[in-house]
Amino acid sequence: MAATTLAQTWQDLAGAALPSRQMEHWRFTDLAVLTGMEPRPWSGADPLASLQLPAGVTRLPEAELAAVAGQSLAPTGCGDHWPVRLNAGARPVRLGLRVEAGADPLQLALDAGGAGELLALHLVLLLEPGASLAVSQRVLASGAAVCSLVCEARLAADAQLHWGLVAHGHSSAALLGHVAVTQEPGSSLELVTVCSGWGCSRLEPRVQQGRGAAQTRLRGLQWVDDNQLADTHSLVRFDGPDGHLDQLHKTVAAGAGRSVFNGAVQVPRAAQRTDASQLSRSLLLSDRARVDTKPELEIVADDVKCAHGATVSRLQQDELFYLQSRGIAAAQAARLLLAGYCQDVLRELPAAAAGWLPIGSPFREP
Amino acid sequence: MIRSDAPVLLEVRDLCASVDDRPILHGVNLTIRAGEIHAVMGRNGSGKSTLSKVLAGHPAYAVTGGTVTYQGQNLLELAPEQRALLGLFLGFQYPVEIPGVSNLEFLRVATNARRQERGEAELDTFAFEDLVNARLAVVQMDPGFLERSVNEGFSGGEKKRNEILQMALLEPMVAILDETDSGLDIDALRIVAGGVNQLASPDNATLLITHYQRLLDLITPDHVHVMAAGRILRSGGPELAHELERTGYDWVDQELALAEVG
Repeated sequence: MAATTLAQTWQDLAGAALPSRQMEHWRFTDLAVLTGMEPRPWSGADPLASLQLPAGVTRLPEAELAAVAGQSLAPTGCGDHWPVRLNAGARPVRLGLRVEAGADPLQLALDAGGAGELLALHLVLLLEPGASLAVSQRVLASGAAVCSLVCEARLAADAQLHWGLVAHGHSSAALLGHVAVTQEPGSSLELVTVCSGWGCSRLEPRVQQGRGAAQTRLRGLQWVDDNQLADTHSLVRFDGPDGHLDQLHKTVAAGAGRSVFNGAVQVPRAAQRTDASQLSRSLLLSDRARVDTKPELEIVADDVKCAHGATVSRLQQDELFYLQSRGIAAAQAARLLLAGYCQDVLRELPAAAAGWLPIGSPFREP
Repeated sequence: MIRSDAPVLLEVRDLCASVDDRPILHGVNLTIRAGEIHAVMGRNGSGKSTLSKVLAGHPAYAVTGGTVTYQGQNLLELAPEQRALLGLFLGFQYPVEIPGVSNLEFLRVATNARRQERGEAELDTFAFEDLVNARLAVVQMDPGFLERSVNEGFSGGEKKRNEILQMALLEPMVAILDETDSGLDIDALRIVAGGVNQLASPDNATLLITHYQRLLDLITPDHVHVMAAGRILRSGGPELAHELERTGYDWVDQELALAEVG
């Protein structure tokens, strides 16, 4: 999997200058972890060597993969995004899968290690009409590393995809991930992302309902501590009527961590009777932590229901007192509340992904 | 059950407290012995709920004077969880909803914390389920509520039953029940009162805080106190509650006015 040429800079690799904080969508996102590292191509073993395809899931032939790769990027408006360009320039490991009805759960694990290398994956999932799949995807880094993900999925009519991504990194590692999904009418997507421990993570779930009339459910949890930064920029676009979105994004910011959420929802004129709701909830555990959260609703259609909300709070004194008044020590009470707060998202992970949560508060009791 | 030689569990002397720098309690005196059931009655704003929260250690309330001795210890210097571990229990007027925290897990953690304090072995998941299922009967509660998040989406009556269930598990020495009757229909009130009666023993004590006589028709207090303007204005036996039911609280205003003139 080693690249044959050594790129000198991130700019060379992506064919474009690194995003700067002058750019609106990178305003709060400092790529210092990246710039502090030289881009070195992956020299380790084939990261997919241990991949086992379950029943109902088959590999796309190379020629077909080449033909379909990238087809979800343009409709979700991210084909020229810098992280996507970086992925293409990094000669990613490519995996294309076709999913039939009644497929068994799929597990995908990727470990970017800690040797200061860049590991890139380009995944394409094609779900045939009526197909259903649960995907548990794990991304790890144990030291300096950069992990670049471009994951595409195309959901044909009435297909169902339940996708859990658990990404647990390291303070000197960066994660740049795009998850681009296009949905046909009658299809349903539940995407659950849990991101923690990265020096810098930028996750962009992007969904297009090409002809509306599909169900999209997004659940996100990001946890930052120390000097970590986690950024989720999501986009859901309805290009037809009767689409449905239910989005909940949760953040826990401790230490001097910084969390960014930007939730775009696009409802053009064709998307009448769209029913979309987005809620961003942030929990601040320290005075030094910082949260920036912003909905970005573009609504042109007039007969729609679009709700959005954002809250930033600390642990509730009344909840803490209630637990303490039952003999539960303050520290343990705080742990229980925190675990409860995260549970909204964690309980929606597919089974295998839930087993990959980092051990310890607030994700899993040791 | 009054025995004048029973040990004093809780002794409140000249207790003054404020919230947000606003004085609420102006010198409360109260002595509670083992085996006793006390009722504190009074209008809204008389300081009843403040008294219960101060005793439980709510951080929003500042004690500005007086003492509280609980089983020989200075209660006021203990953290809320230490008070609970030593057997002080507050049944909340508005039990707090805690999304995402399983009721069963919460009850188990709380029960084990109290057991540990008493030198008893912690209960594992299975042993605890046996215990909790036995205690559910005290409040005729549906086991389905154990699987839900703490108080989340519970009706008013279910929340109050959950409070008494906690009391049944924690086996407190002094239980303070803050307006446990509010928001209950008559059936739920009977069940909750029945639970309190079952848990009362010669070794523990109960402090009922209530507006109304109707709770006291079901739980007979040994002592009734009328609270007004942050003080206990008058104390007596169960007949005082009946008198209040007959005459209302108007005499309280007269006594307060006299006290001010005096």
